[in-house]
Amino acid sequence: MADFNASDLTCLRGERLVFGGLSFAAKSGDAIMLRGRNGAGKSSLLRVMAGLLAPRSGALCWNGENIADDRAAHQSRLQYLGHQDAIKPVLSVRDNLRLWGQLRGVSQLDAVIDAALHALDIHHLARITGRYLSSGQKRRTALARILIGQSDLWLLDEPTVGLDRESCAELSQLIADFRATGGIVIYSTHIDLDVKNPNILDLDDFAIPMVEWLTEHADLNDDTNDSANMQHSVSPQEAVQ
Amino acid sequence: MHRFAKPSVFLKFTDPVLPWLAGVTALLIATGLYFALFASPIDYQQGDTVRIMYIHVPAAWMGLFCYVGMAICGAMSLIWKHPLADICARATAPIGATFTALCLITGSLWGEPMWGTWWVWDARLTSMLILLFLYLGYIALVNAFDDPERGSKAGSALALIGAVNVPIVKFSVDWWNTLHQPASIVRMDGPSVDPSMQVPLALMILGFTCYYFVVLILRVRLELNERRIRALQLSGMFDQRSDQDSNNEQNYDAGHNAEAKP
Amino acid sequence: MSGFMAVLQRDLRLALRQGADSVMVVAFFIVTTTLFPFGVGPEANILARIASGVIWVSALLAAMLSLERIFQADFEDGTLELLALSPVSMEMLVLGKVLAHWLTTGLPLIIAAPLMAVMLNMDQSGFVTLMIAMLLGTPALSLIGAIGAALILGARRGGVLVSLLVLPLYIPILIFGAGAVEAAQLGMSATEHLQIMGAILLLTLAATPFATAHAVRLAIE
Repeated sequence: MADFNASDLTCLRGERLVFGGLSFAAKSGDAIMLRGRNGAGKSSLLRVMAGLLAPRSGALCWNGENIADDRAAHQSRLQYLGHQDAIKPVLSVRDNLRLWGQLRGVSQLDAVIDAALHALDIHHLARITGRYLSSGQKRRTALARILIGQSDLWLLDEPTVGLDRESCAELSQLIADFRATGGIVIYSTHIDLDVKNPNILDLDDFAIPMVEWLTEHADLNDDTNDSANMQHSVSPQEAVQ
Repeated sequence: MHRFAKPSVFLKFTDPVLPWLAGVTALLIATGLYFALFASPIDYQQGDTVRIMYIHVPAAWMGLFCYVGMAICGAMSLIWKHPLADICARATAPIGATFTALCLITGSLWGEPMWGTWWVWDARLTSMLILLFLYLGYIALVNAFDDPERGSKAGSALALIGAVNVPIVKFSVDWWNTLHQPASIVRMDGPSVDPSMQVPLALMILGFTCYYFVVLILRVRLELNERRIRALQLSGMFDQRSDQDSNNEQNYDAGHNAEAKP
Repeated sequence: MSGFMAVLQRDLRLALRQGADSVMVVAFFIVTTTLFPFGVGPEANILARIASGVIWVSALLAAMLSLERIFQADFEDGTLELLALSPVSMEMLVLGKVLAHWLTTGLPLIIAAPLMAVMLNMDQSGFVTLMIAMLLGTPALSLIGAIGAALILGARRGGVLVSLLVLPLYIPILIFGAGAVEAAQLGMSATEHLQIMGAILLLTLAATPFATAHAVRLAIE
């Protein structure tokens, strides 16, 4: 029984505050759907969960252990699908996938790749080089990647982009199968993906107005004349309200 | 230990220090220059040309000093993720580059009467030239990113790598120099500097170092204030303020006209 | 180790499929070297005198121009962040990529160098030393260059920038590499030069993967 949760996450991109005070919890078999307007930080949150991005504050824990303490363990248990498909135009679909299996130390790699290709209905493309794939086929190849090797956590950033209706149904089926074996799926999507009773995490709830955050955090202004300036500039706005 | 990490603490701390430091700098450089230009003996060989040394040697010292400072800031930024360290490294680079360029220019001006040529591939001059390239690389890298923080971090890493490389470059350039040019060329500063020259030299070195700190503080404050403005802009506060201002103006106009009308 | 081999294999396969890359590096090297006789005149003595320096400078520039290949494409198509997410340590992956870069650029340069040495009328006594010096020097060029290639990921005008960052760091290799050949030509022992080059190679091998891995992590953050 795995358990993945976080408390009080704050994420800063450059100098922009993306979200703050975010918490979530998931256990084996759960799915979390991330929702929010553009720029609400869905991709950033998935990258934080993957460990690609360090949160400004707060911690993510897997079975009670901070993921920052053992990055390699966390990375070997997760599969991440980003915006980009990472497909090399000069390598065949099979060769593209092979690298990721080798890096995860998968045994009987060819059989595993065959199974993944069948699952996404692209087995006939195995020998085609990347440059001849349509964008939907590329996306499906990228999805096949997450089936290679054992994993307990899927982080899918807009997995449906470029997929047709049938492929979306296949993806739903894959997610259902993965959850049935005890996996946790966290995904963001713009269209409805048929996933059974997902927990919904609306990132708009965690958007903190920059003004509030600035006044809370003393490292951009202080209790001296700075905050006096701040007060001065905030007050007219409050007066309007 | 991160007491100064807070930009506001830095601003508060440097506020009273800055005028004093600037005063000391002016005093040191003024007396240093007086000694260097008027109250020191001329060299029996070089004549008045020797007075270039009072700028040249302190500039060379500052070039190295600033690079070491940048490398230390880079290390601090890597180890403690200290936000001020990146800003300090970033603020130091142009100062160091300017001093290094100054050192090269004065060296060249000095070389013309001494050796009859504007440039010699002397080990020291060559090393300083490479140091200048390292500075320029750093400055170019730091400014090449849309996200200033990414630039600063990349720069910090580069400053550290450069610092490791500087002794290797120095060693190899010395080697190369002795190999290609037998030790017949005139050394820039002889082993014995007359005591009457030491006083102005020391004053100038101290003055330049103080000057560096003054400029550093100014540049860091500038950067901190820029960041604050950007943060405020991102927060949307400025828009509301300008609305408010235009409202005030309208009110003022309205009031004014109201008075003028009847 | 398997991760190292996997990345090495893939990068070599990519270089092979996009075969033009290696050929371009060698072609650039040959063309640059050929420019020097036009610049300084065709007199055999002068060419022989500057041959080792010319070959080293051209090799340096050729190696530098191909640096972008190490990470840029992987950075753009998202492969780099997936590599960072794989359970294999980034240092190992970086070493794999650097070795692939050296095999596809440094090695062809070593093979092309004697040809250019002949054309520049270099004294035959320097040939063996030139090959050994390049064998020691070019891997260090790839290792050091990888840091620069990783630092500029995501930057504007990356190509020009990388030369500004990397060329000053290349100077020691240039000095000892050209020095070794010159010493050999003058009938002196080049052992000392070669030993120092070996030391530089070991130092870069030990230190640069960490710096490069750090730079890559900065880039994908």
